Amino acid sequence: MELEPGTFLFDAWTARYALLNGLRVTITSSVFSIVLASLAGLILGIVLSYAWWPLRLLVRLYVDVMRGIPVLVLILFTYYGLALFRINVPPYWAGVIALAAFATAHVAENLRGAVQSVPAGQMEAAKAIGLTFPKRLWYVIVPQAIRRMLPPWVNTCLEIVKGTTLLSVIGVVELLLANQQVIARNYMVVEFYLMSAVIYLVLNFSIAQLGALLERRFSYIRY
Amino acid sequence: MIQYYFDWGVIWRSWDKFAAALGLGLTLAVVSLAIGTVIGLAGAMARVYGSRWVAWPVWLYVEFIRNVPLLLLVFFIYFGLPEFGIYFLDKTQSFVLTLSLYAGAYMTEVFRGGLASVPRQYMEAAKAIGMRPWQRQRYVVLPVMFRITLPAVSNNLISLFKDTSLAAAIAIPELTFVARQINANTFRVMEAWLTASALYLVTCYVIAMLLRLVERRYASIR
Repeated sequence: MELEPGTFLFDAWTARYALLNGLRVTITSSVFSIVLASLAGLILGIVLSYAWWPLRLLVRLYVDVMRGIPVLVLILFTYYGLALFRINVPPYWAGVIALAAFATAHVAENLRGAVQSVPAGQMEAAKAIGLTFPKRLWYVIVPQAIRRMLPPWVNTCLEIVKGTTLLSVIGVVELLLANQQVIARNYMVVEFYLMSAVIYLVLNFSIAQLGALLERRFSYIRY
Repeated sequence: MIQYYFDWGVIWRSWDKFAAALGLGLTLAVVSLAIGTVIGLAGAMARVYGSRWVAWPVWLYVEFIRNVPLLLLVFFIYFGLPEFGIYFLDKTQSFVLTLSLYAGAYMTEVFRGGLASVPRQYMEAAKAIGMRPWQRQRYVVLPVMFRITLPAVSNNLISLFKDTSLAAAIAIPELTFVARQINANTFRVMEAWLTASALYLVTCYVIAMLLRLVERRYASIR
């Protein structure tokens, strides 16, 4: 197929490596943030549900502060703030840390909600048959909480993917900034923004589908 | 450990900037919520009562807005509309348009859920006493729906206020922009960002508390 210079397809094909690289950065930063946030959120969520009250208060404070500050401010704060402590992180990791710190609060809060929605009788019954605390969590609470946990967790994942666009503000060349750099060269504003919008749509739809699949996997009741 | 000496004088001297920025952010959020509510009402009505040909485009609009990052929408509208010959929007108006469309999509979902959760018997009772279709909506369905959706609407206002931080990306002087400016001009990194964060945090909590009061005032069961 011959591509005419000056058409959208020609320019998109010319810039394919830059755009694909942007997509790669978007995906890897999302994955790193999601993994970090899920692990940290899991721990903080358990702390929020069961820990000694001063610890719980501390985590509650963290969660509420994180939920009251815009992600963009967190990203900029992390980026400029870490440099003050002579921690020389590239913008990519500053962004991932900020996104993960933000999403951790959401995961923790969702987990707390899910754990609390498991009837108290379950915990008491598990205690009565003599399970230790980790076993009570793992065999009794987690299997029931995970079902209520999944939909908001998928939402948080979508928020993270959308949030990675904010990394462009601190100069991480992810999908949005890659597109802007191409646009700065050829002024095809509508075409390239629409294309990146479609890519985000596809990304988010696939995550939502994956989430629905997981929900179905965990949805049946195993007695 | 490094030494960092706090110097709040810089922040103090530009308190008027912060105040103006906070006011601007709140205005942007409230105006967008107001326009978004109108869009959301129309969208929810279209999706619930409209024919397939009306409901489907609304569905497309909602899914598009909800799955595309807000920053992309901001740039798309700010840089893209002039391509279609729309030059008369300045950056603030263009941002309000973006945030309104964004809020509209979320409000459509909220109101759709609200409409679905109005008990059907209310509608039947309204029919039974002989109300016309618009009267049923105006006097029965909508008041009940507003009460049901009030908590979701106030959550939306808070997240819209936080989303106004994205206006900094197109150089609208709201809180994030002012903090960034002070950061760049004076290198008072901690002071600038702590101030901005604290202002966002406190404002969000004040809004949340005020709305909690409103919710209690209008709760369906008193």
